[in-house]
Order: sequence, then C-alpha cells, then structure tokens
Amino acid sequence: MSLEIVGITVLWIFLYGYLIVASIDFGAGFFAFYGRMKGKEHTLNVLISRYLSPVWEVTNVFFVFFFVGLVGFFPDAAYYYGTALLLPGSIAIILLAIRGSFYAFGNYGSKDNIVYLFLYGATGLLIPASLSTALTISEGGFLEEQGNKVVFLARELFTSPYSWSVVVLSIVSVLFISATFLTYYANRAGDMDSREELRKFSLFWSPPTILASLLVFVSLREHNPEHFNSAIEIWWMFGLSLICFLGASFFIYRRRNFGLAFILVMLQFFFAFFGYGASHLPYILKPFITIETGVTNPTMGMALVVVFIAGLLLLIPSLYLLMRLFLFDADYVKGNK
Amino acid sequence: MELDSVILSRMLTSVTLAFHIIFATIGVGIPVLISIAEFIGIKRNDGHYILLARRWARGFTITVAVGVVTGTAIGLQLSLLWPSFMQVAGQVIALPLFMETFAFFFEAIFLGIYLYTWDRFKNRMTHWLLTIPIIIGSSASALFITMVNAFMNTPQGFELEGGKAVNIDPIAAMFNPATPTKVFHVLTSAYLTSALILAAITAFAILKNKGSAYHRKALRLTMVCGLIFAVGTAVAGDVSAKFLAEYQPEKLAAAEWHFETESNADLVIFGTLDENNEIHNEIRLPGFLSFLAGNSFDTEVIGLEEFPEDELPPLFVHYLFDSMVSIGMFTLFITSLFVLFWKWKKRNEWNKPLLWGIVASGPLSMLAIEFGWIYAEVGRQPWILRGYMKVADAATKADGVGVTFLLFVILYIILGIFCVTVLVKMFKNKPPEIEYEQRFKSGKLQ
Repeated sequence: MSLEIVGITVLWIFLYGYLIVASIDFGAGFFAFYGRMKGKEHTLNVLISRYLSPVWEVTNVFFVFFFVGLVGFFPDAAYYYGTALLLPGSIAIILLAIRGSFYAFGNYGSKDNIVYLFLYGATGLLIPASLSTALTISEGGFLEEQGNKVVFLARELFTSPYSWSVVVLSIVSVLFISATFLTYYANRAGDMDSREELRKFSLFWSPPTILASLLVFVSLREHNPEHFNSAIEIWWMFGLSLICFLGASFFIYRRRNFGLAFILVMLQFFFAFFGYGASHLPYILKPFITIETGVTNPTMGMALVVVFIAGLLLLIPSLYLLMRLFLFDADYVKGNK
Repeated sequence: MELDSVILSRMLTSVTLAFHIIFATIGVGIPVLISIAEFIGIKRNDGHYILLARRWARGFTITVAVGVVTGTAIGLQLSLLWPSFMQVAGQVIALPLFMETFAFFFEAIFLGIYLYTWDRFKNRMTHWLLTIPIIIGSSASALFITMVNAFMNTPQGFELEGGKAVNIDPIAAMFNPATPTKVFHVLTSAYLTSALILAAITAFAILKNKGSAYHRKALRLTMVCGLIFAVGTAVAGDVSAKFLAEYQPEKLAAAEWHFETESNADLVIFGTLDENNEIHNEIRLPGFLSFLAGNSFDTEVIGLEEFPEDELPPLFVHYLFDSMVSIGMFTLFITSLFVLFWKWKKRNEWNKPLLWGIVASGPLSMLAIEFGWIYAEVGRQPWILRGYMKVADAATKADGVGVTFLLFVILYIILGIFCVTVLVKMFKNKPPEIEYEQRFKSGKLQ
C-alpha cells in the first residue's frame, strides 16, 4: 500500500472513532439536559454520568489526533483549511472549550447547576453541525483562491442545500447513535426506566437518520456529480450500511440484543463513512489537494507510520483496560463500585 | 502600531498560550505530587497523605479540563493562524507533534481510570501504580511539545527551497540543539511551580485557621519537593543560559542588554534603558555574564552589535528575564529556609512572615513561568523559524482575526472566572478535617 493510502486510512479510522465516541458524548449531553427538564435526572443522569466520567477526556483526544495527523500526513491541508476555516474553526473550538470545561465544572464541581448542564447539552448539538462544515467544504465550491489568498465563501455555504443536509444528518445521527448506545448501557445497568426512555429516543431518531442520509445523497448529486457517481460505483457499501441499520432498529424495537444492536449501528456508520471516504478520493479538498499532491515527504511519512504502529501497541491495551474497568464491568455499570 | 493580521495573530496566539500555560504547567507537575503523597500514605499507612492525594486529584480534574480544551484550541490555532508555518512544520516536525497526542492519549486513559478506582483494588499499591502512566504521559507530552518549540529556536534537519522543505531528517529536527536544555528547564520548573502552588494554598489555610496535622504534613511535603525542584530549576536555568550563549547569542544579549562583544562581560541586573541604549540604575556584577555564558570570566560573549538591526529582538525582554531569575532565587530561598527551620529545631518553621512568603511563592512562580515563556518567545523575534522564516511571512492572510481574538479573550475570561469559583467552592464546602473523619474514622486506613 502506498504511503498516502496508509495516511488517509489512519486518519479516517480516527475520524470514525471520533464520530462514534463523540456522538455518544454529544447526544448524552442533550439527553442529560432533557432528563433534567423532565425531572428524570435521578435515573437518566446518574446513568449518563456513570458512563461519561471516566471517558470524556479520551473522546477529545480522538479529535486532536485526527487534526494533528492530518497536518502531519498532508501538510498542505494545514495551509488551505487553516486559511479558509479561521472563523468557523474558531467557533467550533470555542464550543468544544465551553462544553469540555463546563462538563468538568458541573460534574466534579457544583453538581445540579442547571446553567452548566444547559451549556453542556446545547453545545452537544451545535458542535457536530459546526464540525461537519469542514467535510462539506472538502466537496469543493466553497473556497476560492484569489491571488495568494484563500477565501472562504460563507454565503455559498449558507445557501447550499447540500451543506444543510449534512448538518441535519450530523445532528440526527448523533442523537441516534447516542440513544442506541445508552439504551444498551441502561439495559446492562438493569435500569429499566432509563432503558425505556432511551429506547423511545432511538426509535424516534431512527427514521430521520435514514431520511437525512438519502437527502445528503440527493443533494450531493447536485453539488458534486463526480463524487456522487463514484459513490454509486461502491453502492454495496451503502447497501450493507442500510442492512445494518434495519437490523439494529429491529432488535431495539423487539427489546432484545441491545449490545448487538449497537454493534450494528457502529457497522452502519462504518460502511457509510468509509463508503463516503472512499468515493471522496482522490480529493482531500477539492480541487486544491489530492492525496498524491498533498502527502508529506516520504521520510516523514515513514516515520509517522512507525510511530503510529508503536503508539497503537501502547494504546490498544490501555483502551482495553479502560473498557474492561468501566464499560464491561457489570458491577461498575450497575453502580456497585 | 497597526492592527494587521500579523499583529492580531500574534496577540491571539499569545493570549491562548499565556492562558494554556497556567493549566499545562499544573497538568505536568501536580501528578508527580499526587503520586508522591499517595505513595507515602500507603507506605506509612497514614490517611492524611492519602487524603492529600485524593483532594489534590479532585481539584486537578478541573484544571485538566481547562488545560485540555485550551490545548485543543492552541493545536488548531497553529494551523488557523500560521498556515504557512504549519505547511513547513507538517513536513519537518510532525513527528513530535504526533507523539505528543499519543502521550496525551495515554495520560487521558489512565487519569480516567485513576480517578474512578480509588476503592476498587485490594492491594492499594495497584491504584498507586496508575500514577506512573499518568506522569509518563503528562511529562512526555511536555517533552514532545517542547521539542517542537526547540525546533523553532534552532531549526535543523531540513533545507528550505522556494518555501518548500526538502532533505528532511525528522530525527535531527527533533533532537535539535535547543531540545535538551529546554526540556530540562520546562519539566523542573513545572514541577517546582506545582509544588509551590499547593504549598501556597496550604500555607494560606494555616494562616487563616491555624491548620491541622493534615496541613502541616502537606506543607512539609510540598516544601521538600519544592526545594529539590528549585535546585533542579536553577541548574536547568544555568545550562539554558550557556546554551543561548552558544546557539542564540542575540537572545541572551537582548536579555542582558549586552551590546558589545567582549570577554569579562558584566552581568546587568535590573536598571533602565534610555533612548541611546545607555543603561542606568543597574546593579553590575563585573565579569559575571561571561561566567554565566561559559563558566569562566574570560569567556567572550557576543553582543547585539553583531546582528543586523531588523533581526534583533526587543530589548524589554531584559525585565522579563530578570524577573524570572529573581523569582527563581526567591523560591530557592524560601524553600531552603523552611526546610532549615524545620530540621534545625530551634527555629519555628510556622512563623507568620515565612508562611506569607510561601503564600507569595505560588503565584510568583506561575508568573515566572509566564515571564520565562514570553522571554523565550519574544526573544527570538522576528523569527518564527530562526534563520528560515519570519513571523510576518507565516501569519494567515484571512480576514476576521480581530473578531476571533475578541471571541477567545471573552472565552478565557469566562473559563478563568468559573474555574476559580468552582475550585474554591469545591474545597470550602468540604474541609479536610471533616473529610478525614468520614473516610478514616478509626484514624487508620481501612
């Protein structure tokens, strides 16, 4: 495999990891706030905080990893995205900063502070919307090179049906992924009240997820026919994604195999996300960066791959330990530890 | 001064770094102290030390959160504000940047485990062992990110051809001449500052309400650690000065207002500078700058006259340098005094002036960290990559830096206020004596 393919695959895996763990986190913030508003904090919020407390920091790292890796493997991306995304990028950072710190202030400091919880819940829906902007821009048509300046065409972005369909998809899928995971987690904890509440959420958000995905496809055909056509060529990826989705919804509806249902949701997004990514190539940022032109110098590329493998050898056992202690430890999940 | 995007980008980067450094320093140093306290607590079977570790860890989570989010901010801002620099850096220095995130990842995982497994393991040493990966992770991220900064000071391992980096050697770029002294200085000063901040809080509590056995143990522990780290910091500072004399003479010369190249050069302490670059009101230590630069009064120290005027750093860095060094000396003095009084039974180490001195040493040493970094960064102006790329050529050309600057300033003010409020509230509501009663009723650990 060539260096650029290794590079982009590594990055895509991390972005996928972030998509899953961050969705759970973002959605959980929203549900926690909702739970408080409905006076259900004693079931729902205890459960959510039990899951989030030990892992919230790790979520953030996936994101940092992605953009540091992007700059490492594709330094040109730093130049174009960096210049173009000054404002939207800064807004996303500010939202992330508010969310992360107020989570800690609320969770470790003054519990029961409704303002902290609101900030935490509301940003959970705004961040996916603002981060998805970067993906939208990569389709081309929203950046223009004027002389030696890269200009971000904000008007185009705000009036584009494609960009709005991506925003809708990102918010809806956050709620869907999060609800499915938390249903599974509540079930394990034996917390039937929360489970039923969350099950309703995940059933509620399941049709919009598929509708929004279709909407993205339709608007992509208008916005970037080339990309749309390469997506059609690997239609089976999206077909598998749909099958996983149907399976997951079925199990949740029948109230069984919640764990399997969540794995199917992960696979649903895996196929869709990698199908999207594969059909996006060779462009990283259309038309400025392709994976061949943007890739770093081969010496640095090799060094990064070596470090990446070494890093994984360190991280995988550590992540396994974290999951064993908090996710798969029945006593912890039930609140006995 | 016109507020163009170069100035605004510099202002925004400075504000973000100045704010982040507070939390980053704490993030590197506190885990070491938590680890020491817990270890002593287990070894001596003393609940006070365990409680110390627990309470420090609890406060630490709040500062870690702010450190993480501001660290994410600076990570992204590098690309947003300095895209041309990052294009080159991505080619040459991506390796330590990448490794830094690994270290951060490692730390995040084990910190999560540590905080939620206090009572989970039969053998208490198992829980203590979790502090080791946390320390490795936090100190390693400091190591790697300092490598990146060291590279900006003494770039090597590449050649610049028409704005593109070629002939890249990632290892040479990482282990550039500035790396050893910088890393040494950053680590020791972070440990020192963290110890003194914890000591300052404790000393303040003793002054306010006499304190209990818990506070006295805490202060003794932090002061001994502080003394060791202060000595380490002083040694690190000395080798850093020698490094500057050899590799970045203009930075040292600017700090010392040293204009003419000469041997037996004087060390200038404090003083003022008039418009003709004449120094007044200073304390002069004859020959000591030569000694600082090369351990001998005969060492020739290169002066500012050797450099073209448009490549000189601003001369106000002298004040920053002197303040940093003075505070460093003060911390060495106050920690030695406390330890001396304690060991030499005739003196009372709990006397009020000494305690107030300790209270002052916490914020002062954080201030010294800020001064030291401003000196290190402003001292290499006008370069972003010394000798290769000037700051003005690296800044973004995008509009909107001004608005972004304002947004971030507001964010940092809010985060700062809330962070302090939450921390104060957290500890005020639960004094250690009461918590000790709850946790260790019999006076022994369960």
